[in-house]
Amino acid sequence: MFSILPPNSVSLLADTIYLSFAGALLQVLLPKGKPSLSRWLALLVAVAGLAIAVVGFIAGMGQGRVVIVDAPWVPSMGIHYLLAADGISRVLVLLTGLAAVAGVLFSWNIELRTNEFFAFFLALIGGVYGVFLSFDLFLLFVFYEIAIVPKYFLIAIWGSTRREYAAMKLALYSFVGSAMVLIGLLAAYATSGSHSTSLIDLSHAGFSVSFQMWCFPLVFIGFAILAGMWPFHTWAPTGHVAAPTAASMLLAGVVMKLGAYGCLRVGMSLFPHGLDPWGFSLIGIGSWRDVFAVLAVVGIVYGALVALVQTDFKFVIGYSSVSHMGFVLLGLMTLNQIGMTGAVLQMFSHGILAGLLFAIVGRIVYERTHTRQLAELETMHLAKRLPFAAWAFVIAGIASMGLPGFSGFVAELQVLVGAWKVNPWWVACAGVGIVVGVAYTWRVLQKAFFSDLLPSGHVLEQEHGHALAPITWPEVTGVALLISVSLAVGLYPRILLDAIEPAVKTLLAGGGQ
Amino acid sequence: MKEMMTGFPILTLLTALPLAGAAVAFFSGRHARAVALLTTLASLAIALFVWTQLPSDGSIGLVELHQKWVPSLGIEYHLGVDGLGALMLVLSAIVALMSVDAAHRVHHQPGLYFGLVLVLESGLFGSFTALNFFHWFLYWELSLIPAFFLIKLWGGTKRGPAATQFFVYTMAGSVALLVAFLAVFLSTGSMDFPTLTNLASTGALDKMVTAHLGPITLWLAIGVLAGFAVKVPMIPFHTWLPAAYAEAPSPVTMLLTGAMSKMGVYGLLRIAIPIFGAQIFQIRTPLLVLAVATVVMGAWAAAAQKDLKRIFAYSSVNHLGYCLVAIFALAVPAAGVGVHASQEAALNGVILQMFNHGVTAAALFWFVSILQSRTGGHRGIDHFGGLRKPAPVLAGLMGIALFSSLGLPGLNGFVGEFLIFRGVFPLAWVAATVSILGLLVTAAVILTVIQKVFTGPVPEHCVGFPDLHHGERLALAPVIGLMLLIGLLPQLIVNSVNPTVVNLLAHWRF
Amino acid sequence: MNYADLFRATLPETALEVAALLVLAVDLGLLRKSGLKVRAAVAALLGVAGCGVALWAVLVQGSGGLIFQGTQELLLTSGGIAAVAQIGILVLTALTLLLLVDSVFTRNVGEYVAVVLMSATGGLLIAGAQDLLVIFIGLELLSLGLYILTAFAKSSGKSAEAALKYYLFGGMSAAFLLFGFSYLYGITGSTNLHQILLAVYGQTAYNAAPLLVVAVVLIATGLGFKVAAVPFHLWAPDTYEGAPAPAAAFIASVSKVASFALLIAIGTAALHAFDGGQPIAHLEVHLHGVAAPAHTGFRGPWSLVLVLLAAASMVLGNLAALAQVSVRRLLAYSAIAHAGYILLALAYFSYSPRSAAAVLYYILTYGLTTVGAFGVVGVVERATGSDRLDAFSGLHKRNPILAAVLLVLFLSLAGIPPLVGFWAKFNLFAAVLSVSAGLVPFTLVALAVAFSAVSLYYYLQVLKRAFVTRAMDEAPIKAHPMTLAVLLAIAAAVVVLGCFPTLLQAWIEGFVR
Repeated sequence: MFSILPPNSVSLLADTIYLSFAGALLQVLLPKGKPSLSRWLALLVAVAGLAIAVVGFIAGMGQGRVVIVDAPWVPSMGIHYLLAADGISRVLVLLTGLAAVAGVLFSWNIELRTNEFFAFFLALIGGVYGVFLSFDLFLLFVFYEIAIVPKYFLIAIWGSTRREYAAMKLALYSFVGSAMVLIGLLAAYATSGSHSTSLIDLSHAGFSVSFQMWCFPLVFIGFAILAGMWPFHTWAPTGHVAAPTAASMLLAGVVMKLGAYGCLRVGMSLFPHGLDPWGFSLIGIGSWRDVFAVLAVVGIVYGALVALVQTDFKFVIGYSSVSHMGFVLLGLMTLNQIGMTGAVLQMFSHGILAGLLFAIVGRIVYERTHTRQLAELETMHLAKRLPFAAWAFVIAGIASMGLPGFSGFVAELQVLVGAWKVNPWWVACAGVGIVVGVAYTWRVLQKAFFSDLLPSGHVLEQEHGHALAPITWPEVTGVALLISVSLAVGLYPRILLDAIEPAVKTLLAGGGQ
Repeated sequence: MKEMMTGFPILTLLTALPLAGAAVAFFSGRHARAVALLTTLASLAIALFVWTQLPSDGSIGLVELHQKWVPSLGIEYHLGVDGLGALMLVLSAIVALMSVDAAHRVHHQPGLYFGLVLVLESGLFGSFTALNFFHWFLYWELSLIPAFFLIKLWGGTKRGPAATQFFVYTMAGSVALLVAFLAVFLSTGSMDFPTLTNLASTGALDKMVTAHLGPITLWLAIGVLAGFAVKVPMIPFHTWLPAAYAEAPSPVTMLLTGAMSKMGVYGLLRIAIPIFGAQIFQIRTPLLVLAVATVVMGAWAAAAQKDLKRIFAYSSVNHLGYCLVAIFALAVPAAGVGVHASQEAALNGVILQMFNHGVTAAALFWFVSILQSRTGGHRGIDHFGGLRKPAPVLAGLMGIALFSSLGLPGLNGFVGEFLIFRGVFPLAWVAATVSILGLLVTAAVILTVIQKVFTGPVPEHCVGFPDLHHGERLALAPVIGLMLLIGLLPQLIVNSVNPTVVNLLAHWRF
Repeated sequence: MNYADLFRATLPETALEVAALLVLAVDLGLLRKSGLKVRAAVAALLGVAGCGVALWAVLVQGSGGLIFQGTQELLLTSGGIAAVAQIGILVLTALTLLLLVDSVFTRNVGEYVAVVLMSATGGLLIAGAQDLLVIFIGLELLSLGLYILTAFAKSSGKSAEAALKYYLFGGMSAAFLLFGFSYLYGITGSTNLHQILLAVYGQTAYNAAPLLVVAVVLIATGLGFKVAAVPFHLWAPDTYEGAPAPAAAFIASVSKVASFALLIAIGTAALHAFDGGQPIAHLEVHLHGVAAPAHTGFRGPWSLVLVLLAAASMVLGNLAALAQVSVRRLLAYSAIAHAGYILLALAYFSYSPRSAAAVLYYILTYGLTTVGAFGVVGVVERATGSDRLDAFSGLHKRNPILAAVLLVLFLSLAGIPPLVGFWAKFNLFAAVLSVSAGLVPFTLVALAVAFSAVSLYYYLQVLKRAFVTRAMDEAPIKAHPMTLAVLLAIAAAVVVLGCFPTLLQAWIEGFVR
């Protein structure tokens, strides 16, 4: 159907990485007094990346894993510069492209050190593209770590509440997580005879079951820290709240997916026997699979319950991210086709929706009202003064609740169906999480936008004194982009499922063929 | 069920048309009402056309089937209508048109208002044509959101809590529906209504559910019933209704009572009974009790109200209660020609009652809106008096609507109730007997309204009460005419609906 | 002794000595009347030229050695590991000399350069030494020079204090070292490394096992002091703080390279006792050595001592660095930590050239990074008068190039890819695990990686000041173009070598094989 594109267009995908880093470098070299130059360059790079991602996605339809480049990097240790893309990678690269464009659009108003901001932003995007396209474990790890430093600076310099603390916490958590992964990587490399670090080779290395039993949880937890698995999630709400809008969008939207992707691509593919039953079981938990599934479910419910009682708008969204990522991890632990497909779809869906929610809360509301406290927002009648934000949040909220017609419904449904096949209790608890999800979204929607409370005196004078700044075209474009993607995937999920399902099937059949 | 495929996706068009209209209306500002009028007129035309295209044997026609939506979850794009569905489409179109017509005084953000109304209409069309759970549920939920905002943003003084209660109740019902259907899917691998009906009629559904999940089919049925019980509503899930109907602006209430409540009854007929018929038979008695309670309580509560909107709100509960009684009464295994004939009568009655009540209730709320607009918002029953002197045309037309609601023979309200009672008496005479109480009390309520509003001395503030002007007469005349027409010539509808009724009953197994 | 042989064997050292004398002559004679800047420039350039000639000499020497007359015992080797270390020493010396150009801490630049060159000579000797006495001579030559260099800032009390501490510590540890050497001589009857170790493994030393352990501990004390391993590290923070910046750079890089080269030599010699690769048939040697039977020979106690030193250094170095407010002291403690990592690789040393290559790679790149770090610290100190963290505030505004260099160097020290520091660590740990993948080495590697993660915190503290914190004084910081050029070159090397690790690695392996 899409034979107009030459089949090797998939190899274009690697250009997303190079473009982003080149863009970052160029940003640093731009003259300092011209923020608009910075913005347009960043937008150009992001849009180019998205275009390539789309082309690569379409060209890759119907193909399995396509190797893009395989060059020896450090031959003496068997390390290759190996980039490849299967269905899952292509979907996540697409997500990154969308998140990048949306992020740039919602950062249009940054005036402080604009070129440095976009330099760090594009460097982060480049690292993320790299992780999703790497098929060499060492290379994946390199890109994974590259993404840590820009995050720190983005939050520490341009963030808000307690930014330096939040930035350091996030950087250290990420680094500790990646340290755990590094230990696992070194162990796997040494145990397999130190011949190669390619994921494909390592998945054939035939590690002993006892080795996998401890290496798997180490690597999985290392990655799961970044995915926001309970109880290692505490960096996430603080980090998201402190980060500037574009960084929160990327953090919740894409970076947390890096963790989940690592769990899948590295943890579960290389050490599949790590999920086997231990032979004994304690309160119903008899394998690492049970442990992580339970943690995932706890995350879903805990995140939702805590979100329900927050007084800061952005914290609600931050905790809701923890809750939604729980679905991803639960889906991964189902180890069946439908559950894992749902997990990957949820990665995409939540990536888009989290970006949208943070954009509305951060860029559209906070930057105009200068408060995120629900108690204050209640008195501001935002439905009248910021109707665009209100209605955008309505749509984003119902999408986030998992209403059919948007991307979240199919994803969560698939995860639940998959989880049902393993353990109905997981489904019951996750279902509770969904219901609470409706509740907190509802609460925050009411309080922030549609409240009928009479305004306090000082808010009244604000209302008379200054109108809120009008909605700018980048904001409209960004919101439209994200909503339409979520809607498109929600109404016709086959666009993505056709790419994800074969890849999941291959992974389940015995990884990395 | 034989299904015929047509080439042109007219049902998709019908559903998409109001959405397109909504998009235009959002940006039309003051002209939004005109856009909405055009759209609803066009929808009505298409709905009527669909009505004429029905297959004559009562099976599902105008089918659109695309199987590959999300195969792993059994989700297919499957649309189709039979007599029941098509009648509901026509009803929705009529009520929507009436609602838009009545809303000539939306000053605050009209674009948003009419846009939401059109989205709601689209949701209605969608849920009446969907044959697969996924997009049926999508439209079910889709209609919820605009309704909430319509109440919340343009409603009366206590609109906040009313809207919230409306949302929470309906959502809770939806959750129960979703969970039950998930369980059904997990057991059977299908979300398709015709397929599931076939499975149920052979008894295979129960076996599959029991095999996969244990003996919980009854609980699934209860879950599904709960979802619809909130929507109709059935006692005791009705408590959201009075506040919502009263606080919503009257044109919105027209939609709520005229069309949205029918989604619940339609759901019972399309989904609950076909798929869970046997289980419903098992709990028939408690269900009948609740249905009768709905009838009687609805009427009694209406009698106690002083606010016109609340009177009609409770009266709606009462009228739809008859549908519930009939539906549960006919949930008996076919045991002979007599039973079968009664079931046919009852079902015909239900469908007619759905249509007639939709039109009548919408008309009544339209009149309330007119009354309200002339008194600056007052709608207490004691506020008015002797209006037939200053406003004879209003009194006359509203009187006709009121008598139709009462069930006077010759008007459309009678036919449905008559058929219902005719069918229910042989099937469940106790329920029918108690329901008569409802009829009596309703009569008292309606007559009281007529007496207090139209007869008696004219208070000072009503002396100069303006009568219906030309535009209003023109708008209301077709509605009243329809009431008379259906009342005098019910076979216009019954002839098309009856084959569907026969067909439905043939596939239901209790 | 054939003096031609001697001359040929010590050509590099001679070149340096000649250069030193030349510098003295030129400075004290020709340039008596010139200004400080000119004299500094000339002295530095002459020194660099000398290093260049010595470099050429090393390359020309090829493999070979100096044999003690009448025996087969090597006094000095050239080529192989020695060559790599020597080249490293010379390059780093040249870089620290170039940094001198901007300094104002002394008027006696000629003497300074001369002492530097002489110390470097000592370093060269150590790198090639194969005899205990030659080792000692080289070590003393190196150390005495370093004490003098530390004291060179005559106007600073800290400098004098640091030098005194360094001298006292150093003298005492030299005494320990000599003591240990004497024991070894006593036990084995020879001062040649190979002979010693052969004897140790053979029957002659068997009965003296306890004495051997004492000797090993004493030697480890002496050498542990030189590399600043815990608990012999107490001189390091004060010396790093008190010495003038170019001197500190020299101490931190060159002396480390030399000392670690020595440790490699001992480790290699211990294994080359296996007579060209074949284990001596009647010996039972345990390469995984902690719990060992009677015939552990040298390896057992040596590995154990090194492991203890390594673990202590890693832990204490990193933890103490967390609390530092002075950047120099921070660098000192981080140096202790890095020494810990390297000692781990020396504890688990393999027969194949892999371990030696990994250690050399690490120490060379670490030295390079440290020189750069001290270069930046020097510039900031001269401009602000202090090396506290706050002095670095707002560096990105005051001198963006310097800030960028700082970013690169410190991230490399933290081990963030794609910089060379990451690769060096990975390589090192992979080498350790390839030698021995048991529980103990694995735990130690895990410890190392974990503490590496911790180290990110304090490196980020400096970077946070440079990039995030607002400057107290916004005046631009000027740096001499030569200094900037050197620093940029170092930063570029760090990046390039990190992205293409094979460059340096292949070069080293070419020598070591």
